[in-house]
Amino acid sequence: MSNGINKNDELWRRFAIAAPYLWLLVFFLAPFAIILKISLADPILAQPPYSSSFDGDGRPAMSLSNYFFLLSDKLYSITYLRSVAMASVTTTLCLMLGFPMAYGIARAKPATRSLLLLLIVLPFWISFLLRVYAWMGLMNNHGVINNLFIWLGVIDQPLQIMYTDFATAVGLVYSYLPFMILPLYASLERMDLDLVDAAQDLGATRTRAFWDITWPLAKPGTIAGCLLVFIPAMGEYVIPYLLGGPDSLFIGRVLFDEFYSNRDWPLASAVAIILLLLLVVPIVLLQRTQAKDGEQAA
Amino acid sequence: MNKRSRFMLTVLSFGYAFLYLPLISVVVYSFNDSQLATLWGGFSTRWYGELFRNQQILDALFLSVKIAVTSATLATIFGTMSGLVLARFGRFRGRTLFSGMISSPMVMPEVITGLSLLLMFVALQQLTGWPGQRGFSTITIAHTTFSMAYVAVIVQSRLAAMDESFEEAAMDLGGRPLRVVFDITLPLIAPAMIAGWLLSFTLSLDDLVIASFVSGPGSTTLPMLIFSKVKLGVSPDINALASIIIAAVSLGVAIAWLTMRRNTKPT
Repeated sequence: MSNGINKNDELWRRFAIAAPYLWLLVFFLAPFAIILKISLADPILAQPPYSSSFDGDGRPAMSLSNYFFLLSDKLYSITYLRSVAMASVTTTLCLMLGFPMAYGIARAKPATRSLLLLLIVLPFWISFLLRVYAWMGLMNNHGVINNLFIWLGVIDQPLQIMYTDFATAVGLVYSYLPFMILPLYASLERMDLDLVDAAQDLGATRTRAFWDITWPLAKPGTIAGCLLVFIPAMGEYVIPYLLGGPDSLFIGRVLFDEFYSNRDWPLASAVAIILLLLLVVPIVLLQRTQAKDGEQAA
Repeated sequence: MNKRSRFMLTVLSFGYAFLYLPLISVVVYSFNDSQLATLWGGFSTRWYGELFRNQQILDALFLSVKIAVTSATLATIFGTMSGLVLARFGRFRGRTLFSGMISSPMVMPEVITGLSLLLMFVALQQLTGWPGQRGFSTITIAHTTFSMAYVAVIVQSRLAAMDESFEEAAMDLGGRPLRVVFDITLPLIAPAMIAGWLLSFTLSLDDLVIASFVSGPGSTTLPMLIFSKVKLGVSPDINALASIIIAAVSLGVAIAWLTMRRNTKPT
């Protein structure tokens, strides 16, 4: 880029690379090495409560026993499966609601469109925790929904909505819906509407035109949106805690409890590593689609 | 109106109602006089008054803002450098690892980031004695790490969309690369840096899970305090707090939108 290599400039170049690089090595990569190391240790009564990686004679003392335990204990496998199931249900519901919404926004008049889009982004700026909290007031036994239904005469006893999987799913869909709508909107907005009209003029039914034209063109946005919902939903802690009640099995909660209530740091680390392994494929897929999208935009 | 647009209108109305009804209900109930937050006991603003007399909430708010300002500033510095490096520096050794590390914190589940950072701080303390006490510094470091990723992406995409001719012209006229960065590149990407700072500030104020992991006794951020209260159920002063935040955000966004619309209208 330059041929005027000056000592200061070379120094600046090195500094601009080294400063963020070092920061990320120390505060992002090193923590993963440590969590991996601790997941191979045994819990002991000490400060910090895990055994050293080497025994007294300097021989390595690491084992996979935490992983064997997690894989053999039914409770943990059920929790992992339930988390995958809840995250999948959340992703599906977000797609079913988000797709028509994104389509409607993309087809609105330009002036309305920017307002509609703004209203999708606005909740992002309001605290995530308080938005989940808002649902507690709605779904309570004496909450707005139950009061409304009783007043309407639909039911005479309050329904148990709070502290169920249903409540957790509602909270998850509510929190992550914008993550689905925004990438979908981005790909639908770029789409040429004439294509759909042309297909219909040539005799395609509306359904056929949707599956043959709209759906393939919206695919990059759909994939990005689904992954952006699925990945954080898998590790969610706050929503199942507040809305799902005390027995709601979610991997993020189990990790928290293992760490704070049982003080089993090695097991909590192993829980985190397995969660990460489950998410490796979606995460790599997401980074690929985003890289491809970036190339297309450039 | 044909069948399709009626369907669209129904879905959109349902979607927006779903997004906004919970928020509206919180605002309505914040004016509820009753101690039991879910039963209506008449109109009152007492919870707002109580909020401003609650020293615990004010302390937590102050700590949160202090962390948000510091981490957003650090994240903007490191994130802008990273964005510049990725967009303008071409190939260098370790580039693949660098771009991987930059984008990963954005997609990592919070529980994993929080736990791994805490374990790192504990190990670091064993080795070096620092950080002796977890709190402001450790939360700031954690927030800087995930926020800088967002700043880097914003700055990088701004640089990618901008053509290099200004920088090249300055260079042809004899500008040293370092001066070109400060005199040409930085002013041009200033809007992206401001957007990145604001996003980092909000992300930091919003974070509960990572802060809970890396915080120590005596350091309670606002989300941590709110969480410890709402764990026990709906509480009227949190309704008031939520309403203030909703009002402030809506006002800010409305002003930003109106100014933007006025500025773009003549064209």
